[in-house]
Formats: sequence, C-alpha cells, structure tokens
Amino acid sequence: MAEQQTNGITADSPGAAPARDPLSSVAIRQIALLAIAATVGFVLLMAALSWASDLTSSSTTSVGAIDVETGTITLSLTQEPPQLDSTRLTDSVSGMILGHVMEGLLRYDINNQLAPGVAERWDIRTDGATFWLREEARWSDGEPVTAHDFVFAWQTAVDPATASQYAFIFYVFKNAEAINRGELPRETLGARAVGDLELEIEFERPVAYFDKLVAFQTYYPIREDFYLSRDGRYAADAVDLLYNGPFEITVWVHGAHVRLEKNEHYWNRDEISLNVIDFPYITADGNAALNLYRDGQIAVVNGLGAESLDQVLAERWPVRRYSDGSVWFFQINHREEHPTSNYNLRKALQLVNDPGELVYKVIQIPGYTPGESLFPTWLNGQNGLFRQEYPAPTVTPNVALAREHLEQAKRELGVDEIPPIVLLADDTPGASKQAEYYQNRLMQTLGLDIRIDKQIFRQRLAKAEAGEFDLALYGWGPDFDDPLTFGDLFASWNLNNHGEYANADLDAQVRIAQESTDQATRMAAFGRIQEILIEDVAIIPNYERGVLYIQDPRLRGVGRRVVGPDPDYSRAHIVAD
Amino acid sequence: MSTAAFEFGPGDFERVATERRTQTLSRPSVSYWQDAWRRLRDNRRALISLWIVIALAFFTLAGPLLWRVDPAAQDLDQVSQAPGLPQVAAIVEPYASWAGLRATPLAAPAGTPATAPTGLSLVEPATTQAVRLAWDPVPGATGYQLYRNIYDPDPDGALGLPVAEILDPAQVSFEDRLDLEPVRYWYSVVPLDATGAEAGEYATLAVDTTRVISAAEAETLGWIEDAGTVAVGDEIVLPYHPFGTDYLGRDMLSRLMYGARVSLFIGVVAPLLFVVVGIVYGSAAGFIGGRVDQLLMRFADFVVALPFLLFMILFKIAFGIGPGESGIFPMLVALVLLAWPATARLVRGQVLQIREEGYIGASQLLGAKTTYLVLRHMIPNTMGVILVTLTFAVPSVIFTEAFLSFIGMGVAPPTPSWGSMSNEGLRTMLTHPHELIFPAIFISVTVLAFNLLGDGLRDALDVRMRGQE
Amino acid sequence: MFRYTVKRLIQGVITVWFIATATFIAMHSVPGDPLSGERLTNEEIRANLEARYGLDRPLFEQYLIYMGNMTRGDFGISFTQQNRRVNDIIREHFPVSATLGILAVVFAALGGILWGALTALFRNRLPDVVIMFLVILGISVPSFVVAGLSQLGLTSLNALFGVSILPVAGWGTLLHMIVPSLVLGLGTMAFLTRLMRSSMLEIINADFVRTARSKGLPPTRIFLKHQLRNAILPVITVLGPAIAAITTGGFVVELVFAIPGLGRYFVQAVQQLDYTVIMGTTVFYGAFLVFMVILVDLVYGFIDPRVRLE
Repeated sequence: MAEQQTNGITADSPGAAPARDPLSSVAIRQIALLAIAATVGFVLLMAALSWASDLTSSSTTSVGAIDVETGTITLSLTQEPPQLDSTRLTDSVSGMILGHVMEGLLRYDINNQLAPGVAERWDIRTDGATFWLREEARWSDGEPVTAHDFVFAWQTAVDPATASQYAFIFYVFKNAEAINRGELPRETLGARAVGDLELEIEFERPVAYFDKLVAFQTYYPIREDFYLSRDGRYAADAVDLLYNGPFEITVWVHGAHVRLEKNEHYWNRDEISLNVIDFPYITADGNAALNLYRDGQIAVVNGLGAESLDQVLAERWPVRRYSDGSVWFFQINHREEHPTSNYNLRKALQLVNDPGELVYKVIQIPGYTPGESLFPTWLNGQNGLFRQEYPAPTVTPNVALAREHLEQAKRELGVDEIPPIVLLADDTPGASKQAEYYQNRLMQTLGLDIRIDKQIFRQRLAKAEAGEFDLALYGWGPDFDDPLTFGDLFASWNLNNHGEYANADLDAQVRIAQESTDQATRMAAFGRIQEILIEDVAIIPNYERGVLYIQDPRLRGVGRRVVGPDPDYSRAHIVAD
Repeated sequence: MSTAAFEFGPGDFERVATERRTQTLSRPSVSYWQDAWRRLRDNRRALISLWIVIALAFFTLAGPLLWRVDPAAQDLDQVSQAPGLPQVAAIVEPYASWAGLRATPLAAPAGTPATAPTGLSLVEPATTQAVRLAWDPVPGATGYQLYRNIYDPDPDGALGLPVAEILDPAQVSFEDRLDLEPVRYWYSVVPLDATGAEAGEYATLAVDTTRVISAAEAETLGWIEDAGTVAVGDEIVLPYHPFGTDYLGRDMLSRLMYGARVSLFIGVVAPLLFVVVGIVYGSAAGFIGGRVDQLLMRFADFVVALPFLLFMILFKIAFGIGPGESGIFPMLVALVLLAWPATARLVRGQVLQIREEGYIGASQLLGAKTTYLVLRHMIPNTMGVILVTLTFAVPSVIFTEAFLSFIGMGVAPPTPSWGSMSNEGLRTMLTHPHELIFPAIFISVTVLAFNLLGDGLRDALDVRMRGQE
Repeated sequence: MFRYTVKRLIQGVITVWFIATATFIAMHSVPGDPLSGERLTNEEIRANLEARYGLDRPLFEQYLIYMGNMTRGDFGISFTQQNRRVNDIIREHFPVSATLGILAVVFAALGGILWGALTALFRNRLPDVVIMFLVILGISVPSFVVAGLSQLGLTSLNALFGVSILPVAGWGTLLHMIVPSLVLGLGTMAFLTRLMRSSMLEIINADFVRTARSKGLPPTRIFLKHQLRNAILPVITVLGPAIAAITTGGFVVELVFAIPGLGRYFVQAVQQLDYTVIMGTTVFYGAFLVFMVILVDLVYGFIDPRVRLE
C-alpha cells in the first residue's frame, strides 16, 4: 500500500495528486500538534521574558488618554529627555519636563506673564538686584529652599568644570565671564545669600531685562549637599534629582517612560489639579503619535505635519495652533571668497524669495507665517508689540528687478555665470523639502545652480562654523522674552553669526541695546538693527514657525508659550464630559 | 614449455575496414551553458522574472526618452495629486496683495456674550489663487478665529483647521492662500470674547474654488509658449501626471524612472563590484593556499563579523556627501567594503574543491599551464555559483538602500530613489497612498523578480548553495 | 573539543578588537565633532568640554586610552547625556532589543519549520500556493512598509472593536511585544519557510525514508524521527546568521513601534555623533554577534553527530 505512494514524483504534477495519503494526514496532525505546542511555548517564553526583564515593573496598566478619577493624563514625548541637569540643559524636551518639576525665582503664568515663583518679591536696580524668597518653598524631601541653593546652582553653571553651554546667560553677573574663563574662583560670582531667604545679586553692567532672565531654566536652584552626594550622577535618573516644582519624577525608564506625580511638598500645591502626568511613549514618529491618539491612548499630539491634515479633518478632531516663537531664515556667508559677499547677488536672492509661496504652497501648515524680519511678530516692544511699533521694511518679490541685480552682480564679480551656490540644510524631512523648493525656485527665476548640502545635525553645525556654505537654512528660538535674544545674533563677535557678517553700525546698536536701561532707546536700537539686516540683506527671512496640535477636549488650561517650558501642563485640569 | 621463435612482420597486421561505433550521439551536443539556458527556459517563474528584469531595465533606460518630463520640475499648483485625468485651469490676472477690509469695532454692553457673525460672504469669486472673505463686525468681539474644513462642520461642530487668528477687532476680512485646491471648503468665523477666548457661536460659509493660473506663471513653468497668446478667462490644460505627483508637485512617473536608475544602479553595480573583489580575493587565497590563504581568510572573517547595518550607517556618514552630490558613490563604497567577504569565501571554497577534481589532475598531467587551468576550468566552473550569488545580492542591496533612506541616510535630495520615495510616501500613506504604493510596488516587484530569477538560475545551473543567500 | 572551544574564543576576542579599531577609525574620520552646539558661544567652554572628554589629546593616545578602558569593560560617558555612562545605556536598552530579537527568532524558526513542512507536504496544492504567496510578500516588501502598515492595521483593528486589543506602540507588557516581534521575524520566517520546504522535499522520498516505510514503521514515527529531524538540520545552520540579522536589524521596528531598544539609540547617537555611545554600541553588538556565532557552531556540533569540531 505504502509502496505506491513512495513514488512521490506523481505528487509533483498537480492533477495526479493522490486523493488520500495516510502519511500526509498523519503528518498534518503532527504538525497541528506541534503548532499548538509551539504557540504555547511561544507564549510561555514571552511571559518568561517579560517577567525576567524588570521593565514590566515600571509599566502600569494603560488607563487611556485621560483618567478623571485619578487625575491622570497620558502623553507622548518626541525623544528621551537628554539632560535634566538644569546647568547643562539645552533642548526643549528636557526643558519641558524640568519646567514641571522645578521652579525658579520667577516663572511664567498661564497667560505668559512673569509671576512670582520661589521669590516672593524682588527689587531690580541698575547695579544689582535683591530677591526675597518665600518661607514655605520646599524641596521634595521637605527641606526648605534657600538662597544658598540658588547661589550654588549659579556658581556650578558658570564653573568651567561644568562646561555649560548656557554659561553665557549669567554673564550679566559680576565676575561671571572671568570665572567661566577660569580666571577667577567660582566663589567670586556676584551672587550671595544674605541669610536663608535673601539673595543679593551684583551686576557686571546694567541690564534692562533681568527679571526675564531669572525665569530661564539655567537659573533653577540645586541643593549643594544633594548634588555632591550623587557623585557626578546628578539628574541621571529619577532618584538622582531633587524637586522643588509642582511635580516630581517618579518613574524614568530611559527611552521608554517618564512619569510625573504631584509634589506634595510644593508650596503652591493647592493650585495644582492634576495628580499624574504620564509619558509612557517616546517616539519621534508622527504617524505613531496619531495612531496612539486615535486609539485613545494619549491626550495630545504635537506638531502635526502637512501630510496628516486631511486625516485629522476626516476624523473630525479639534485642531489648535500656536507659534513656537522661532524664526527661520537664510544665513548668508559674507566672507569675501564667497559670491554671496556681493551685495547685488544678495539683493537678487532677496527679491526672488517669496516667503508666502514657501509657507502656503510648500510647508502648507496653518500657523506658520511668512517671515519678514529677524524679529518675530510676538516680541514685546516698549508698550505694545515690537513689530507694530517698528514695522519691518517690506520686500515685494520682483523677479525682473532681481535679474537686473543679478546682472550687476555678475559684472562686479567679473564672471559670466555665478558659480554654484552651496545651500546647507539639516537632514530633517522639512528642511530637505524647503531646500529642494529653493533649488528649483532659484534655478527657475535666476538660473542659479544651487547645490544642496544635506548634513546630520553635528556636521551641519561644524560646516556652518567653518563657513563652508553660501546659504544655510537656519532657525533661532528665543531664550528670554526680550528682543535682545534675537538682536545680538549678527553682531560681529557673536559665534552664531556663521556668515561673519560685520557691520559697525549694527554692532554699535547691539551695544546700545545691551547696555541701556531705557526701553525707548533700546527699542529704537532694535528697530535700526531690523532695518540694517534687511536693507543690507544680511539675512533673508523665510518664516516664523507655528505648531499645529490636537488636544483632547476634556483637557483644559494647558499653557502654550514661546519662551519657557512648552507645553505647560502644570496648571491644567480635566473636565468630565 | 617450449616456444618457437616468431617474428611479426607488417604483413601480419591487417587494417580493420570499419570502425565500430560504440556510442552514438543521438542529439546535438549541448554545452553546460546551453543546457542551463534550456532548463531556465523551462522554469516558467524564472522566465517571467527575467522578462520583468528586462522590462525594468527598459523602464529606467528608455522610459525617460519616451516620457520627457523633468523629474525635478515642481508644479506647486498640483501638489500630491492622485493619479487621474488631466486638469484644466482658467487664466486669471497675476496675484495682487490685498489690504483687506476694516470696520469700526462695535462695543457691546458688558456681560453679553458674542454672537455669531452675520454677513459672512466672498469678496470675489474663490479661486485656487486666493479666497477672500468678509463679514460684519460682531459687537464686543476682540478678534476672530478662522477655521477651514474640507467636510461640513455641521453635525458636530468640527470646524477644521485654524487657518488664521485675527487679534485686531477692526479687521473683518480674511484672505486664504494656504494650499488651495479646486474643492469645496467650509470656512467658519468665530469671534473672540474679551478674554481672548473663542465664543461658542460661529458662522460658516461653503465655498467652491476653481483652479486658476496666471498667464505669467504658466509661461515661467513652460506650459504655454507666450503669455500674450492667452487672455484672462481662457482655459489651458495643465501637464498630465499619469501616476500623480509628489509633495512638491513633481511627476511621479518621471521620478520613478529616475529613481529606478539610482535603486537599480546601486542594486546591480554594488553586487558586481563586491563580487569582483570577492572573486579576486577568494581565488587568490584558494589558489595560493597555505599561510597566505590562512591570513587572507582570517581577515575576511574579521570583516564578516562587523555588524552590517551599524557599519553601513557609520561608513555612510564617515565618507560624507558633499554639496550637490547624490551620495550614491559613498553608498557603493560602503557596500563593497562590507559585503565582499561572503563571495570571497564562496569562491575560495569552490577553487579549493575544483583544484582537487580529477579532471584538473588530468589536465595538469597533460601539461596544461596555470592560465589554461584558470581560464578553461576554474572560471567556467565557478561562474554558476557567482552568477547565482550576484542575483541574490541584488534584492538585499536594494533593501539596504531603502533602509538607509528610511533612517534619513539615503541618497541626498533632490535625487530620487525608490527607497527615499517610499519613505516620503510612508508619512502620507493615509491621505495620499499613491506616493507610497508606487515606489513600494516597484521595490517589491524588483526584489521578487531577482529572487525568483536567482532560484531559477540555481536550479538551472545545478548549484548546491542552500543557505548561502 | 575543549581546545577547539578555546581556540574559537581567542579568535573571537581578536575579532572584537578588530571591530573596535575599525569603529574607532570610521568614527573619527567623520567630519564635525560631538561637542558643537548651537548655544556654545564661548571658546573657553568648548576647551573645557574637550578636556573633559579627552578630545584635546592626540588621536593615537585617545585610542590607547579607549582600548585600555574597554578592556576594563568601561565604555565611558555619553556625550549627549553627560551624566549617563554608556555601560548603563547598554545595560538598560540591550535587554529590550534582545527580548524582541529572541521572540522574533523563535517565531521565525517555529513558523518557518511548520509552514515549510506544510508546504512540502501539500506541494503544488492550495495551502502551498497560499503560504508561498505570503512568503513571497514577506521577502519582497521592505520592512519599514510592513511595520508602518501593521501599525495602521492595529489602530484600525482597535477602532473596529472599540477597545484597545493590542497596544499600538510602546513597551513594557507582554501585549506590547507581539506585533513588533512578528514584524521583525517576518523576513527570516519567509526565508526559513523556503529553506525548510526544499529541504523537506528532498527528504520526503529519500532512501532511508523508503527503507523505514518498507520495514513497516508507523507513519508518525517516520515523519518525526526521519523526515522532520533531518529536514531541520540545514535550517539550524542558518539560524546563526539569522540571529545576527534580527538582533541588529531591529532599528526599523524599534523606531516605528517606539520601543526603547539599543538599535534606536544607535541611530540617534550617530545623528548626534555621540562618540562613546557609537563605540560602545558597535563593540557590544559586534562581540555579541561573534560569540553568538561561536555558540551556534558549538551547539550544532552536539546536534549533528556528522559534524566534527576541530
């Protein structure tokens, strides 16, 4: 019987397949059994693995985007916070987290106005300032927050051994710059504690915007005994931090999960309504975030891309917008050996640049606005908005005029064709898209050969610093709420002036803006800087960035701001629907 | 036993008249390669795959000659267009900026809530150039928030995208230029109350936009010869995009053709290069033998041990891409540097095996020189293995390119490749699926064709190389 | 046997040294450096940072110092997270990648063997055609497309049922692991299915099977003892490289499903040019793979008595 089927060749031709084959049917039964055994084994293995990895201990069962009962909101982060040590912090994700768990002398309230934080009252003079701390401010271990904690944090930030990128933000303090250069000991910093609750600050030079500086994150306090007890691991993990803000970090699984819980020692705890802000997802993938929102797992999706807008509309989700405060523009290389050092070429570029087309047809995200100036529209001036007090000179795209300037530039440079222009861009999808748009635009209007140089973050910086570019797509976000955070960018001594633009008039205006304490004089100086930058085509503005986001309608009172931690959930509350 | 002396003479031998044929060739003799070709032809799947590969080569080499559209030309009026019929646009005057309408803000008694705006209407016919709206001032409003939707907000008040926030109560008009398409839009105006919060009431207006273009624009884009030949109100047919367009309005068909050049170029040239390196290295090791062989193979082992994708990424950034370069060359170099040892090992193994074969010994005995041995025996007998390796290497290289594009380390823009196109398409897969589907299909078909062709070749050439893929 | 093992281990150590050196050279030839930052406006601060990471020394000295530290198992401090040790990063993130990888390999091996055996038994009939079609899809669709589509499928599934059946992204519980490991193992499973199919087809009518039948062994015994067991052997040989491909190939799945694995960390580190993390990850992965391959070879020696280790 079996003999006949052993000649398996017959089974090869489909038509001649034997109808019943005891061996096959046995084998199938065996395979089915094996499959069941394998599945069971697979599940057991998974259980064992998840039990073995201590990861499970951190993850709580999913409660959905918003849990009214426990006062929990669930959100996602775009990346793991790289640095929660306030003296070394540079990125916005860490800044956002730290803004929830720490509090400086002053802070921004929900309407983005300066409000008292640890300081109860303060007095700022031309030669210094005094802050009186509130008695009830506490660290998360119950100890009081004292003036010494601020002095220690600031001394650490300017200490050359810390190598903080933001040390410059303390340069208004007496001796700060010299300490940072290693010329003076850190104890000589112009800040000292008078008793536990009084902080005395001495300025190097008069400063008109000191209250705004104090709200910056590098100014957060650090307690000396705790910092020293961590032995270089300060802020490396949840237990390596001491908190004085409305929340504290209770779980920090790197790359996976950050959980904030209400700090019961916070002096103003009655104002805090949420109990838990949970970030169990860390993903930079916009699609993943949308999928999580659609699945009811997170309450907010930040930074929608143009490509997801139609989907969002189809799902009928509520969309909101705000400006993140950053300004994006072309840095232009003004070094002599670069063709862009020629004024007429720059003028031609300026005249064909159409920020409206860029924003409306290429970026396509509502909330972005066409750029007109280095100074964004939200900046406050003397009484109202700076840009209303000092409107930017308007530039209307004019291709015919641009071509005239181009011809003039060719004559001045003594060339028949402008050599290829190098456009430096980073490797984000948005930057690539804009670079490709400009490549096409400048080819079409001026016949320029644009070479895109797309580099990863560090290499782009290295190339920008070395001046290896003609044009560079560049953005700048504010550190504090004063036009100076933008105004000194193109001073000849500023290291972020990668194109080495040098203009004596502009330098003089920057010095006035830095040193004067009279707001009218300062604003006039910024107005003049704005004019120079546009008239001399030092830069070409592209856009002011906006952010489009979806937020669960049950979540209210989330602070969105251009300066300071954003978004701010600390004063948010949940409404039951 | 006695033997008589006997002398043979020529006369004793006699020529046999006919030679007896012991064997007859009933069919014409076929060489190894002819036989392999015959077997390949009998394999239907492999044959279809072969045709697909030829078609792909035709698509990328001859395609651009037939479909003469610049893959870099941007058509910002037809961004992310799905495949469909040609579009028609009406000629209009060039865009002129609009100051908008202003009205004296009306005060309202304190405490009265803001009402829905009245008189929301179009100032002029809505086009894809601009939509201009105006409304009557709302008493007590401190500003207005404008929304736009592509669906009717009616049932549940989903107003859509916040296209503008007007913080000046005197401003009672709005101009929308954001990515306008010839569809119906629902615009909603929500007044802001004294605290700057949105009032509950709103007015909605449905607007149908028509596709327009100015004569000057059409001329710049090269769609009409001369702006003077058309008048306002005329209609022109816009360039046709049979496969739709991408996120910058570039023709997908043309980009797929040029993208194929990159993907297939890397996919075919990289394996060729590393196979050649592998052959030289492996046959040298196998032929020389002894200590040199040991040393060479130990080094190959080292290179094999490098984690492939990690080093691919590392090499990719170490070589860098200069301004205006596509980045194909660094990718090729990185691939060759990392992928040659597999072939080298294979060839060495073959050489070692063939060296011991009887016919090599026979050849040597008959006085064959080394060059003869290499040319006549070694190369033809390893060719099969090499050809199959080559075929199987193509899909994996195409995948590697796609993977690098996915993590943002692929070819530099504006050079298209299938990998970078599908990575772009992945983000828009819900709203514009064609941007993902086409490049993904091309990758899949190519990979599949080369895999099946490889299978066919392996069977046809009778190569025993299971697990070497 | 013992001598062979020792020899292989020594070779492994040398290989790891080679990997470390190659990484060091490749990394330091990357233009740019990890210390540039947008707010770094002061040359003195930069000098301080360089001194802290030893970048002010000659390259060869840096190499020697690095190798010295590495032999002591110290990979240094991360450049971007200046208070985290690379050892901690690996210790925290590798188990995630490994868990995912092990599951994917097990899934691929079991699936491949089962499907492969099935298709061989049903050669050219409907189950064979259907499975082989799926296998072909698994082989020819890029992994990031599969990952993206399966995540989308998950949300649609959850939306369909109105409750969250399987999590869309994230990590931590059993349920989080299922879909990502299936996606990660898919390519290898498809490959193993094909392999198993052809190897099973060869054995299904081999002489020893015929002998076994003619002497009247029960079909169950023939299938398990003779057919399956022999067909699996070649599959096991390729498992070593498969494990390598899967554990280091988790980037895509980790990125799409927001899984905190080492692969995703590596991609970020490269973008930030975080020297110490790049070095640490590559050397660690390299060492892991090298010793995995050695282990698989040794195990194979036990399973297949025909293979003699020397």
